[in-house]
Amino acid sequence: MIQAILVFNNHGKPRLVRFYQRFPEEIQQQIVRETFHLVLKRDDNICNFLEGGSLIGGSDYKLIYRHYATLYFVFCVDSSESELGILDLIQVFVETLDKCFENVCELDLIFHMDKVHYILQEVVMGGMVLETNMNEIVAQMEAQNRLEKSEGGLSAAPARAVSAVKNMNLPEIPRNINIGDLNIKVPNLSQFV
Amino acid sequence: MPAVSKGDGMRGLAVFISDIRNCKSKEAEIKRINKELANIRSKFKGDKALDGYSKKKYVCKLLFIFLLGHDIDFGHMEAVNLLSSNRYTEKQIGYLFISVLVNSNSELIRLINNAIKNDLASRNPTFMGLALHCIANVGSREMAEAFAGEIPKILVAGDTMDSVKQSAALCLLRLYRASPDLVPMGDWTSRVVHLLNDQHLGVVTAATSLITTLAQKNPEEFKTSVSLAVSRLSRIVTSASTDLQDYTYYFVPAPWLSVKLLRLLQCYPPPEDPAVRGRLTECLETILNKAQEPPKSKKVQHSNAKNAVLFEAISLIIHHDSEPNLLVRACNQLGQFLQHRETNLRYLALESMCTLASSEFSHEAVKTHIDTVINALKTERDVSVRQRAVDLLYAMCDRSNAQQIVAEMLSYLETADYSIREEIVLKVAILAEKYAVDYTWYVDTILNLIRIAGDYVSEEVWYRVIQIVINRDDVQGYAAKTVFEALQAPACHENLVKVGGYILGEFGNLIAGDPRSSPLIQFDLLHSKFHLCSVPTRALLLSTYIKFVNLFPEVKTTIQDVLRSDSQLKNADVELQQRAVEYLRLSSVASTDILATVLEEMPPFPERESSILAKLKKKKGPSTVTDLEEAKRERSVDVNGAPEPAPASASAASTPSPSADLLGLGAAPPAPTGPPPSAGGLLVDVFSDSASAVAPLAPGSEDNFARFVCKNNGVLFENQLLQIGLKSEFRQNLGRMFIFYGNKTSTQFLNFTPTLICADDLQANLNLQTKPVDPTVDGGAQVQQVVNIECVSDFTEAPVLNIQFRYGGTFQNVSVKLPITLNKFFQPTEMASQDFFQRWKQLSNPQQEVQSIFKAKHPMDTEITKAKLLLGRSSDLGQHSLKKLILTLQTLWALASSTPKPPRLDACCVWSRICKLRCTGSRCAQARTLFPRGYVTYCRSSFNPMQAVGLCVLFPCVSATLGDHTAHSTMEHLSTCTSSLGPGRGWDTKGLLTGTTAGLPVQGGPGSMKSRQPVVQSTN
Repeated sequence: MIQAILVFNNHGKPRLVRFYQRFPEEIQQQIVRETFHLVLKRDDNICNFLEGGSLIGGSDYKLIYRHYATLYFVFCVDSSESELGILDLIQVFVETLDKCFENVCELDLIFHMDKVHYILQEVVMGGMVLETNMNEIVAQMEAQNRLEKSEGGLSAAPARAVSAVKNMNLPEIPRNINIGDLNIKVPNLSQFV
Repeated sequence: MPAVSKGDGMRGLAVFISDIRNCKSKEAEIKRINKELANIRSKFKGDKALDGYSKKKYVCKLLFIFLLGHDIDFGHMEAVNLLSSNRYTEKQIGYLFISVLVNSNSELIRLINNAIKNDLASRNPTFMGLALHCIANVGSREMAEAFAGEIPKILVAGDTMDSVKQSAALCLLRLYRASPDLVPMGDWTSRVVHLLNDQHLGVVTAATSLITTLAQKNPEEFKTSVSLAVSRLSRIVTSASTDLQDYTYYFVPAPWLSVKLLRLLQCYPPPEDPAVRGRLTECLETILNKAQEPPKSKKVQHSNAKNAVLFEAISLIIHHDSEPNLLVRACNQLGQFLQHRETNLRYLALESMCTLASSEFSHEAVKTHIDTVINALKTERDVSVRQRAVDLLYAMCDRSNAQQIVAEMLSYLETADYSIREEIVLKVAILAEKYAVDYTWYVDTILNLIRIAGDYVSEEVWYRVIQIVINRDDVQGYAAKTVFEALQAPACHENLVKVGGYILGEFGNLIAGDPRSSPLIQFDLLHSKFHLCSVPTRALLLSTYIKFVNLFPEVKTTIQDVLRSDSQLKNADVELQQRAVEYLRLSSVASTDILATVLEEMPPFPERESSILAKLKKKKGPSTVTDLEEAKRERSVDVNGAPEPAPASASAASTPSPSADLLGLGAAPPAPTGPPPSAGGLLVDVFSDSASAVAPLAPGSEDNFARFVCKNNGVLFENQLLQIGLKSEFRQNLGRMFIFYGNKTSTQFLNFTPTLICADDLQANLNLQTKPVDPTVDGGAQVQQVVNIECVSDFTEAPVLNIQFRYGGTFQNVSVKLPITLNKFFQPTEMASQDFFQRWKQLSNPQQEVQSIFKAKHPMDTEITKAKLLLGRSSDLGQHSLKKLILTLQTLWALASSTPKPPRLDACCVWSRICKLRCTGSRCAQARTLFPRGYVTYCRSSFNPMQAVGLCVLFPCVSATLGDHTAHSTMEHLSTCTSSLGPGRGWDTKGLLTGTTAGLPVQGGPGSMKSRQPVVQSTN
């Protein structure tokens, strides 16, 4: 079973954190930090497996990770998973992200956090592998997308318009138009003769 | 077209994220977040009802803030509201929030469960999918209670869509893992098995995961899955790489499903149906063959996927452990991987080989890779890989390569990563002990270990060296010499000082003859380290010093000076101070005899499971290991539990019979209670004769053997698994023995092979004939074997019965001596007296008569004999029950008081007994290793009524035999001890002691007995 899926960048900033085993929030943060330190000190072309940190359960758990450009993808799994299989799964996940976002980069993960979660949900569910077929996953995402579009299109338009108006930030309209001392000097008109 | 629309996300969210990213400092970021949190909170609390879109936006913001590491304690309610929205996107974000930020508020859970229930019933596959995801992601007990009954129905319903089936299978799996008791088994189980035949490979994958977990707990119920899994696997393995289209991953057909199926098969033994079995073997062979084919793609993903399947296939082969051909191929394949350029493969190969090493068929094959593995240990750049190499070396170690492996591990230890040093130290210590043929090598190894990695040598390790040195007298001199030399290094580790102090204190006399290690030099050497050591080590050294006083009277004054110095007598540490005071007193008041008895050499340690092994197990963490690992562990325990030759003889030595003990005590100055040399020799002989494959004699069998000397029927051996009963009859030179092997477990024994082993010289004298028995013994069944015996000529040794079998995957090996002794063939003869004397007189040749005269060690005094017999009860002092102890003490006391002249030695015996009790008592195992036996600790902090009684018992003896002077000085000493007790704790015992000293009889008499009787009873 997969205990946790952690994605963070080269500086340890978490970009996607998903725990399938219940940990209190502060422990979750500590696990992310500990894992980052464990993974960071490893060279790039050595093996992709290591024993889990003390917080997540020590040597009974393995950390399986891949490093792509600026991001680390770390899966923490127990002994019932195949190491190489998980490594493939990470690849499947990343390739799917790539297909969905077209050349995925760190920024996509930041700004579309919810979408990344949805893609992940199609791959892993409750710590178990749900689907490994990339085409299937992408198809699911497209279906979701269509749904969203249809909701976001016609039906959502009125609601959106309302909230847009509500939230409109008009520049403040002065209540009293204070014109100050009006000292318009009426030029002396030449008298009619 | 990208599947994710980037454009029309939530603008407010994007702006917020950009803001955060633009923050220059952490403080600014926190400020911005707090502002946003306040904003969201006010929006949620505000009177205006929020529309779905804004709720979604805010919930999304909260998720982002949570990701940044901030606690989110609100927003759950809004998320739950989103669940009941009709819009997919709103529902989706609501579920996401709930499964990321699980909350245990029960009211909330009720609402969530309601929403899920509605979605499950909606028949809308997308909504059902979302609900199932949520259940699986949260997986709490409440959810299991609410839905465990519902989900199986969804799973097996005919009209459920594939994607929902997939989710339902995994959801059920999650609930079963979390709360197995809440998932009811039922009709659905058989229909789940048939999902293995489903068209949709995604469904098959999910179902396989589910069945694998269910089958581990209910193997019977899912038995039919084996044949289905095999046929599914074979279809995948033999398919062309394009057949499965979408599920082909980098030219490998459905690697994930293959892996899962192979995992499922690992829940079961090899299939019994030959057709299925053949098909499976074919599959496994195909997988192994494919590994040799040229890769279809250069991409690493291709080889990864291929090897994932291959490794799983190898695990299955190892698990089945039945096809030698496949096992050897697997081993060769792993051997190739050991040198693969891909680090991951080297890592996995080392890991798999570890399990392979525990299989009987392949242990030898694994051993051939030793050089590669050692090389890996030296050259791998990656610590995880090196760690696996260490594990594998540990697993492949046996008597033939132990020296090499231990040497390599030691040299690796000098540069090893700090994180794994302690584990390596433990492993080296265990291997060195387990496979030591030559105990000098063992001592060297451990001292090296302390030198190289002293900080990582735990207490258990050095306790163990001392236990072994004490139990084996052939290594004591060498150990003393080696530690003496090691201590000469200018800087040595404290652990070395401890070992050195202890060993020299016990066996320093063995090297004192050499002027380079004269007593004074030994003492100076130890004392030069004294000031650099911590308190426990110093305490130990003080005990060494008092032992030196006994061993070397010539350094007594030097030691007394040291003890008398202010830094000892007035030491701030109460333990050190107390020891210094006591030892100083003891060295000055006690006579040499008392010193000798009190400070006698430590008795051998009882043999138990190596404490180091226990420590290693603890370090490795409990449970949650695969069955294979479990089996491997059991095996290693087994090897250790059935001790190797040396510990076996030690264990024989450590449980001397009470009579031997009494003799040992009765003998004047300390006779080492070592093993009767013949017993040890006998055992060692047995081992040198039989190959290493034969297990050492089972502990306790020696006792049983003795019982059979005059008995023909009974139980010869019994452990948790196996019972061996005997029935035998003998007539003249012939005999017949029925051996009954009873399987006490409910599991089959496989490869059950009992063999009779006769030593070479025995073979000529004793003819044994037997038929092999059936190799399988069913659970609870009994198998009978008949042995026909013919005695050709006289013999002394008994044959050994060796039994080997496999029990639940572990290999068992038991050896017992078969009670065939010469006296079984004795024949009574009736004879008239004159015939007898005629015969008797014929025995006139010089070789036919033996006479030896020996001097009695003690005068034949009936009183003393009686006393000694009674003193035999002092062995009961080893009892742990307080009641029994006091009873024994009462008897002893009565004895001491009623005998007009209690023998002086007996007093010492009792004293020594009581003190030993203190040292060896179960309460404080450490005391045993830290304190010399004898005097020492009876007055230490845990002074209890029991010991007080012991002291009272002593007094009559002491005063009667040693004269007033000694009695008084001892008494004086006792009162010092009493006063050193804390005020609260000391009161009772102080009163008791005062009572004792006040009523101290100069001659122990019956009168004084009465006065102290109540004391004894009150403590009862």
